Amino acid sequence: MARSVPQSRKITFTIIAWLVALLIFFPILWTFLTSFKTEGEAVAVPPHFLFFDWTSVNYEQVWDRSNYPLFFLNSVVISIGSTVLGLVVAIPAAWAMAFSPTKHTKDVLMWMLSTKMLPAVGVLVPIYLFLRNVGLLDTRIALVVIMMLINLPIIVWMLFTYFKEIPGDILEAARMDGATLGKEIVYILTPMAIPGIASTLLLNVILAWNEAFWTINLTASNAAPLTAFIASFSAPEGLFYAKLSAASTMAIAPILILGWFSQKQLVRGLTFGAVK
Amino acid sequence: MATTHTKTAARLMMSPSVILLLIWMAVPLATTIYFSTLNYNLLMPGVHNFIGFQNYKYFLTDPAFLTSIWNTLVLVVGVLLITVVGGIGLALLIDQPIYGQNIVRILVIAPFFVMPTVSALVWKNMFMNPVNGLFAWLWHLVGLQPVDWLAQAPLLSIIIIVAWGWLPFATLIILTALQSLDEEQKEAAEMDGASAFSRFWYITLPHLSRALTVVILIQTIFLLAIFAEILVTTNGGPGNLSTNLTYLVYTQALLQFDVGSASAGGIVAVILANIVAIFLIRLVGKNLET
Repeated sequence: MARSVPQSRKITFTIIAWLVALLIFFPILWTFLTSFKTEGEAVAVPPHFLFFDWTSVNYEQVWDRSNYPLFFLNSVVISIGSTVLGLVVAIPAAWAMAFSPTKHTKDVLMWMLSTKMLPAVGVLVPIYLFLRNVGLLDTRIALVVIMMLINLPIIVWMLFTYFKEIPGDILEAARMDGATLGKEIVYILTPMAIPGIASTLLLNVILAWNEAFWTINLTASNAAPLTAFIASFSAPEGLFYAKLSAASTMAIAPILILGWFSQKQLVRGLTFGAVK
Repeated sequence: MATTHTKTAARLMMSPSVILLLIWMAVPLATTIYFSTLNYNLLMPGVHNFIGFQNYKYFLTDPAFLTSIWNTLVLVVGVLLITVVGGIGLALLIDQPIYGQNIVRILVIAPFFVMPTVSALVWKNMFMNPVNGLFAWLWHLVGLQPVDWLAQAPLLSIIIIVAWGWLPFATLIILTALQSLDEEQKEAAEMDGASAFSRFWYITLPHLSRALTVVILIQTIFLLAIFAEILVTTNGGPGNLSTNLTYLVYTQALLQFDVGSASAGGIVAVILANIVAIFLIRLVGKNLET
């Protein structure tokens, strides 16, 4: 008897939690379902939830008629390119701050964080004019560099919080054994740092993939990633719900899957290590 | 010993990051300040004479400016209220012993990974559209007149859209903090006869204070810069009813080509963001010492 009370409580909470979770997830589910409907069925009243003729025609049309592969490629190049470039710049900095801290290390980290808080509109005009004047507007390389600079503070911070947890004693022991700086990095630090680097990579690819201020304002047709592609559905095409849904599903699916793998790192990365 | 050697190496390793960020921050910002004192419009090539603070005067006395400040404030506070209160509730719910906790968590976190243009368009067309949206259908079901959300309540609609994306973030961070709460402390309080509410109020909530502060401050930074959601739903309208500061500067710069005035607006945005940033820096700084 004593056990049946917690059991019924558990079932009640399970039902409530699942209902709330499905409600929150519903817009994504609905987009996914609508992407397999015909345009007529997509606006049917009352709406058809599961029982309709499933069709993949929207995906074929979005794929054929728009430049979807180009937008997708741009998203991949910009998000992965900027993150990898950022890691190359940030790993030495985070390593130095974690293992040879000086009394200024904290100030440098704080200052880096503060650059992240600079509103993009504050620098939009000069960046836009500069890129226009040097002919780099609407190019992937410009966006890779800008996205790298935007995420650099987060990359340094995340790496720093991971590196800090690597025990310094191991490095000292290696130094005593006569390991050089280079050996220290290759044989000791790298294997221990790889999980942290991978997490940082994952989170920053997600952030760059979904960034929608610079990508929309600095691209037109050549370097536009998926954020800008979807934005182009805002006027009349948006009323074609099935096609909008298919395009949206294709834009969010890859990153949704990546995101589900990175829940824990997300908390840590976005709170700069304040909540673990 | 080898300390000077290590220090030099450390400086060398840090310098690329520091120099890049320094350039990224200082050069465009200085240029923006410079532009903000010029009479500079891209539609009038060749004219950029110095006019002192007139751009600021023009920007700050524009009725759209006050509206945009108000809208920025309403957006930030509205989204924060929904996400913090909802996030605490959701986190407490998921933290209960339930079946399929991991799947529930996966479902709840998903909206955070949806790019802003997608979430805004899906909500705008498939939910808030007064003719074909799901809300219109639900309203009909209960016998109400459908609402043209984005025309009649543009700011509220944008708050709903943005809050949907940030609720998972708040929930996930609060949940992470909840799970580090010492169970024994709660059990002891329960044995002493503390009610569920007083256990929440005196034990759980104080434990969450750091997580909540972080949620509020980080969200504020992102929420001050809401852009894409406005661009693809209302374009700042009707009129300027849903124009925030970021969007106002964007319209000045890339739609009206008024570089001078847009730069002045950008600097105003920087100053406002800095006020918020000071608090966050202090908070994270304190945390770094522990």
